[in-house]
Amino acid sequence: MKKTIITVTGRDTVGIIAKVCNYLAENNVNIEDISQTILQGYFHMMMITDTSGSDKTTADLSRDLDEIGESIGVKIHCQREDIFDMMHRI
Amino acid sequence: MINIFEANETNEMIENENLDVRTITMGISLLDCVDSNLDRLNHKIYDKITTMARNLVSTGEEIEAEFGVPIVNKRISVTPIALVGGAACKTPEDFVTIAQTLDRAAHDVHVNFLGGYSALVSKGMTKADEMLIRSIPMAMAKTELVCSSVNVGSTKTGINMDAVKLMGEIIKSTAAATKEKDCLGCAKLVVFCNAPDDNPFMAGAFHGVTEADAIINVGVSGPGVVKHALEKVRGESFEVLCETIKKTAFKVTRVGQLVAQEASRRLGVPFGIIDLSLAPTPAIGDSVSDILEEIGVESTGAPGTTAALALLNDQVKKGGVMASSYVGGLSGAFIPVSEDQGMINAVNRGSLCMEKLEAMTCVCSVGLDMIAIPGDTRSTTISGIIADEMAIGMVNQKTTAVRLIPAIGKKEGDVLEFGGLLGSAPIMPVNRFGCDAFVNRPGRIPAPVHSFKN
Repeated sequence: MKKTIITVTGRDTVGIIAKVCNYLAENNVNIEDISQTILQGYFHMMMITDTSGSDKTTADLSRDLDEIGESIGVKIHCQREDIFDMMHRI
Repeated sequence: MINIFEANETNEMIENENLDVRTITMGISLLDCVDSNLDRLNHKIYDKITTMARNLVSTGEEIEAEFGVPIVNKRISVTPIALVGGAACKTPEDFVTIAQTLDRAAHDVHVNFLGGYSALVSKGMTKADEMLIRSIPMAMAKTELVCSSVNVGSTKTGINMDAVKLMGEIIKSTAAATKEKDCLGCAKLVVFCNAPDDNPFMAGAFHGVTEADAIINVGVSGPGVVKHALEKVRGESFEVLCETIKKTAFKVTRVGQLVAQEASRRLGVPFGIIDLSLAPTPAIGDSVSDILEEIGVESTGAPGTTAALALLNDQVKKGGVMASSYVGGLSGAFIPVSEDQGMINAVNRGSLCMEKLEAMTCVCSVGLDMIAIPGDTRSTTISGIIADEMAIGMVNQKTTAVRLIPAIGKKEGDVLEFGGLLGSAPIMPVNRFGCDAFVNRPGRIPAPVHSFKN
């Protein structure tokens, strides 16, 4: 199963992970791995998820997460893993 | 498994360094539309394009949303119309009706441009070729999305100087016919030597006769990404410089390869080629000129520029060819003036002139691109500039092109504003000495000898 990568970037604030995880749970998206770090003062989080159980397409999830990101002042990307694999793996 | 830094690097490229896929271009053969009745021909062309490309834009948008990478343009290229319309068109006006059909089809499937209002006349012109060429000014004035190209020379056939002379006149007439829109018609008209059959970039895209019924070609971009990567290796050796360009070109091209494969699969149309080009836009930070300055020339056009460009062009290809199974089109660095803010700045600073641009075209893809010249430039002088550029392509076995915009009613120092990806063009001076007697000679320049290389 192809994975979907969700990345969150922005100023650290209360409840970022909660908001994103709640949305994913509501949409039956399974989180397989989470990593996070602070880079140049900015909060970065990456989740590896399995969206095969969700009714929504990657494009729909991406649009919804983009809106959630805007509402809490961070940038959220939801992309299929292939783009990262293609670029960083031979 | 991908780690957070790799994910971050990819998203940085997209968000802040203008990484995008410049175009998905669907090539469509119109050879099976040929008919001796003009109305029937127009119907068949409209039906074929709107059927084949009906899902092109929506598929492109789906891929954008799923992978999070912008696909700036969705375009169509078709079989050179001189071949398709030859049996039905008796006058240049007949050809214009086909241009209008193409424009209507392009609007109806919502693509940005449609290329292929073209004639291939590198050795000689048929009556249909000549009629199509003579119809270009009217076709460019009456359509919005149609792009035109004429191949007037090749390494194998030499240069058709009758066509070169005619194109000098046609470029001026096209400028005059679209004077109200800042001579925009000329931005959609390109003259080629060694035109590739599978180029996805406009204005020169057409679907060659050696191609399949339909094909997906993808043009990648990424000058901003290369510039950003080079900022980290200032003062390092040429080896480090070249490695950095190669690695970056590899990454950029891989994204193009992914998009091409996905588009091909979803549309059920075979994948043709990736065009590995550094295609600039007027956006700040998306400039090939900025890369040359980052490599070390004070302002593009200064001594060292041609060598820096040769290095850049070669490393882009070396990095890109490993990233894609099929590479084609123009593949290299584009050096348009109006579409690259860095080039515009170089012209305004006085470091870059037409002659230096000509020298730069010897070592990179394409040629004298999007250059505005004074409106009173004689057509024979334009033909002379075309002939020079075609000679560079013919002798060096590479594609060269000329896209000049005579700015009717304007002079050196004025500016043409096209907006969007086409940008704005400062009007550059042209050598004031003529070449009438040269251009007015009938016939063609023979193909060069392919031995005794010096």
